Amino acid sequence: MPIVIDHRPGKQVTPPGPRQKRDPAPSRLKYRLERMWLKPLYRRVLRVGVPAFLLALVGGLWLADEDRRAMLTDNVTSVVTKVQSRDEFQVRVMTIEGASPVVDRALRAMLPVDLPASSFDIDLAALRLQVMQLDAIETIDLRVKPGGVLSAVVKERDPAILWRHARGIDMLDAGGHRVASVTSREVRPELPMISGEGADLATVEALALFDAAGPILPRVRGLVRRGERRWDLVLDHGQRILLPETGAVIALEAAIALDRAEDMLGRDIVTVDLRDPQRPVLRLGIDARNTVRTARGLPLLAPDGTVLPEETEG
Amino acid sequence: MADLYQTQRAMRNMRGAALQRGVIGILDIGTSKIACLVLRFDGTGTFRETDGVGPMAGQVNFRVIGAASTRSRGMRRGEIETMAETERAIRTVVAAAQKVAGVRVDHVIACLSGGRPSSYGLAGEITLASGKVGDQDVAQALAACDPPDFGRGREVLHAQPVNFAVDNRSNLADPRDHLGNKLFCDMHVLTVDGDVIGNLVQCIRRCDLELAGIASAPYASARASLVEDEQELGSACIDFGGGGTGVSIFIKKHMIFSDHVPIGGNLITQDIAQGLRVNLPLAERLKTLNGGVEATGRDDRDMIDVGGETGDWEADRRQVSRADVIGVMRPRVEEILEHVREVLDAAGFDCMPSQQIVLTGGGSQIPGLDGLATRILGPNVRCGRPLRIDGLAHQLTDPSFSSAVGLALFAAHPQDEWWDFEMLADRYPARSLRRAYRWFKNNW
Repeated sequence: MPIVIDHRPGKQVTPPGPRQKRDPAPSRLKYRLERMWLKPLYRRVLRVGVPAFLLALVGGLWLADEDRRAMLTDNVTSVVTKVQSRDEFQVRVMTIEGASPVVDRALRAMLPVDLPASSFDIDLAALRLQVMQLDAIETIDLRVKPGGVLSAVVKERDPAILWRHARGIDMLDAGGHRVASVTSREVRPELPMISGEGADLATVEALALFDAAGPILPRVRGLVRRGERRWDLVLDHGQRILLPETGAVIALEAAIALDRAEDMLGRDIVTVDLRDPQRPVLRLGIDARNTVRTARGLPLLAPDGTVLPEETEG
Repeated sequence: MADLYQTQRAMRNMRGAALQRGVIGILDIGTSKIACLVLRFDGTGTFRETDGVGPMAGQVNFRVIGAASTRSRGMRRGEIETMAETERAIRTVVAAAQKVAGVRVDHVIACLSGGRPSSYGLAGEITLASGKVGDQDVAQALAACDPPDFGRGREVLHAQPVNFAVDNRSNLADPRDHLGNKLFCDMHVLTVDGDVIGNLVQCIRRCDLELAGIASAPYASARASLVEDEQELGSACIDFGGGGTGVSIFIKKHMIFSDHVPIGGNLITQDIAQGLRVNLPLAERLKTLNGGVEATGRDDRDMIDVGGETGDWEADRRQVSRADVIGVMRPRVEEILEHVREVLDAAGFDCMPSQQIVLTGGGSQIPGLDGLATRILGPNVRCGRPLRIDGLAHQLTDPSFSSAVGLALFAAHPQDEWWDFEMLADRYPARSLRRAYRWFKNNW
């Protein structure tokens, strides 16, 4: 507040307005810079190149120190582990459904980490691949459920057939995949038996044959794969039915029909050869042939098929 | 004239380069304002129908992407008086137009209104040796035009062949391959003061711009404001500028005469300032807002405040009537029109088949000017606005921008000039490969 107030008109000092630019023309330097700025190359370099270069420079200089790099990686890993080991990601229990006790134990042993563990440490896809290598398991559904439960829903393979081969006896499922080994036939007497090289590749046909063998099933010992192309049906008393490569089931049904009509298999017949469906061949047993030979007055045959020397009377 | 041939050819090549890059600037340097348009040429020539701009006069293959205008500085009577000031004004307007366009302008086409233009009609005649007109014959006929003594320091701005005739067949636009014994050609040459052009070139070069062409302002404004029929049948375009009034006469789509009356709008402003004792900005304001040439009784009652900041109450509360303004303006406008009349008489405008007169330029916006011009110049007078071109803002379409628009048309489709034709064979440099090629072509 001034001491003396001047009340005379027209003397008020008006504040100077914003300083007016005297010359509207851009200076020569500004003009040149503006024109340079309008060049696309300069524009791109200044807008993208220079900031990118500065960022890279600062980052590079900061990272040039070994200690800082180590510190940075430590920090990153600690943050990652802190997040991964949070309570929400912990898996505490493993539940297994649909598995027999043996498979259950094997599955639990296969889990690479001890529970409780973080769900980030359990690689479900790898675990699944590993589990699928177990022959007894057909499918497995592995998932981490909320509440920290690792759930495994297992479908085991059903053993359908026994396969005797050079290294022992295996149980196969209907598709021919190995389920488990058994020590002897008596462990699973209810399963039919096949043998021979490549028999596991034709289990479907084998099962169809066993189904077709209905009436003579009690007499069936098993099926033998011959030359990886056809089956022999082996009955007790050393009888065999040689089945053709194609149409084996029909041939077997024909043989069973013959048996029903004429009690073919109850007679002394060693082999029923049905390999050529047009021309079934029977091979008689040695007793039958000797009976025939006696009736015809021919010399008898030994059990190995050789002709015995004629016994001279007296 | 061979030297001129080379420089003008170089400017044509520069124009071609600019068209290839697609951006060219138009710089209309007038006495009262400087306008800059930035044109983008898209090579396809596809026509975009936008707000009533039709595909009329070949303005289809470019559009205006930036435009600016500013008060002119350092100019007097269409000539550069103070170089540095004009350079600053050019920098202002080019920077503004570039900013609007978002592209850099490297090549400009400028126009020149002053420089005491004088036009000459030349005639040349050759005998055709082969009985047929070839490229070289046209060049020879053009070279046979006998130029008069233009005077010291005069430069040729336009040299347009306006007519070709073979024997008795005249009015040929393109005489090539015509059969006959004699080839005649008429050429219109416009010369201006060489130093004025030199100053303009220097000024533009100091703004880091390349000159890709130069045209006379009356020619440019006539190309923008005369419609095609008027150009064909004969008409005069009168460009009322700030520093002078340009006159150009067109017939058969060619300019045949051009002159310049060194009285313009600035002188009217000066008259008002002196006659009514007001300052120049106020005089300019009075002229543009309240000016006119026909006083009516109502104008006596139409009082205008011409206050000032002198502190003198009597002077600051002064009023003038509109009739006073008109009374000051009218004698000067009449004087301009009388001068134009003299120029037209000297050019023989009375003998033209159609005597259409088109008024354009900023001064043509004076109300009642066409009525006055009808009384002085002739019955067929109209006020012409420039052709609509694509992308030009509406406030830049009034008559004062007709020379800028005309320059844009000139940039897109320049009329054939002498230097667009084939060069005469003996004008080639002695060891030129093209000379050898030409010799082989002519002898086998």
